[in-house]
Amino acid sequence: MKIIAFDAIKNAVSEMCGKAACDLPSDVLDALKNGEKKEKSERGKDFFAQYLQNAEIARTERLPLCQDTGFAVFFIEMGNQVVLDRGTVREAVNEGVREGYKKYFLRKSIVADPLFDRKNTFDNTPAVIHLDQVEGDKLHIILAPKGGGSENMSALRMLKPSEGRAGVVDFVVNSVINAGGNPCPPTIVGVGIGGTMEYAAYMAKKALLREVGKPSHDPRYADLEAEILEKINVSGVGPQGLGGDTTALAVHIEFHPCHLASMPVAVNLNCHAARHAEVIL
Amino acid sequence: MKKQLSAPFSEADIRELSAGDQVYLSGTVYTGRDAAHKRLVNMLDNGEKLPVDLNGQAIYFVGPCPAPPGRPIGSAGPTTSGRMDAYSPRIIAECGLRAMIGKGDRAQSVKDAMKEYGCVYFAATGGAGALIAKAIVKAEVVAFDDLGPEAIYKLELDNLPLVVAIDAKGNSLY
Repeated sequence: MKIIAFDAIKNAVSEMCGKAACDLPSDVLDALKNGEKKEKSERGKDFFAQYLQNAEIARTERLPLCQDTGFAVFFIEMGNQVVLDRGTVREAVNEGVREGYKKYFLRKSIVADPLFDRKNTFDNTPAVIHLDQVEGDKLHIILAPKGGGSENMSALRMLKPSEGRAGVVDFVVNSVINAGGNPCPPTIVGVGIGGTMEYAAYMAKKALLREVGKPSHDPRYADLEAEILEKINVSGVGPQGLGGDTTALAVHIEFHPCHLASMPVAVNLNCHAARHAEVIL
Repeated sequence: MKKQLSAPFSEADIRELSAGDQVYLSGTVYTGRDAAHKRLVNMLDNGEKLPVDLNGQAIYFVGPCPAPPGRPIGSAGPTTSGRMDAYSPRIIAECGLRAMIGKGDRAQSVKDAMKEYGCVYFAATGGAGALIAKAIVKAEVVAFDDLGPEAIYKLELDNLPLVVAIDAKGNSLY
């Protein structure tokens, strides 16, 4: 058994909120540098230069990369030997978000009721927390702040199994093209295939955490990722939707067993400022 | 060629711009997102006086981060303009708005109003909030303080890089 302090989780989460908002992960930076070299449109190249300049300002001056510092989405793996000295992981994480979003001058973007009053909670809670139990004595926390602009362009469809590979390609490619400039392209395209409706959506979001451009471990899905990426990029939507060769930086597909009657496919987009932070306690 | 422009604008300033023009914008603009637009249009419905005079002005669709100590504002990139499509035609027609700044395509009804009354739509660089914050030299909340990041701010700009995405002649880059 290993005891982890509630406050240790809270403090780690608070720090992660500031770090995720200001430090673009190195794999995303590399993908942007690579994109700038490959992009042929002059306007597109100019946007890439602005993205890289923005990342540098954010890192050195501790200003958030994007004013939409997002819904705080957590993926947490809790070892089966871990216990807390008090409270729950969920409470500790929300306390950390409350503290971090204030401390680092991040925007509070959560409204308490989605339909009627839409009043801001003014502390960016509650967070969305996906908590999983694994073997071991560690607590592994990943924070992926999710902006509204790209999240709003998500799509989910329950395809017929007979629609097959071509059906998946069409649905994903069209979802990204129809999103146009709204999700701040070039995007990272997360796709979840299989599971149930909500599990496909969960996989699509989790796929965004993969190192940018790292192919699926299954060669058939890696092929599919490459084909979808190519079709998205020949569309010409381009950086900011204003034309160019780079509409997406990568397509990441996660898959899962599913019901014999179903083939759920979910698409979740991440803007070029693909933020995340990670800590192991 | 990159043009230098200053807000507020005359109708002639706006009619001269063409989709694709790269612009550095200075001067004064107001911010506003969905919640503020909804209130403005409600006020128009009720015949009330708006808290800001938008005649000849630009609205920047942005909900900035709080200002860290020693800075006028936090990160301040554009939000998706499509959410303002339901409100923009009336603001253009009834208030004399000359420019909007945001990201992403606009509805046909917005483009029609832009053409009829002389208004332009600039694309700011989405996801470059830190870079954009450096072009904002002054910021103050002038209305709807209770909306937090969605309040109306008055911003003073110094060379904010923009692209004319939709002009007043009906041309669009999208």
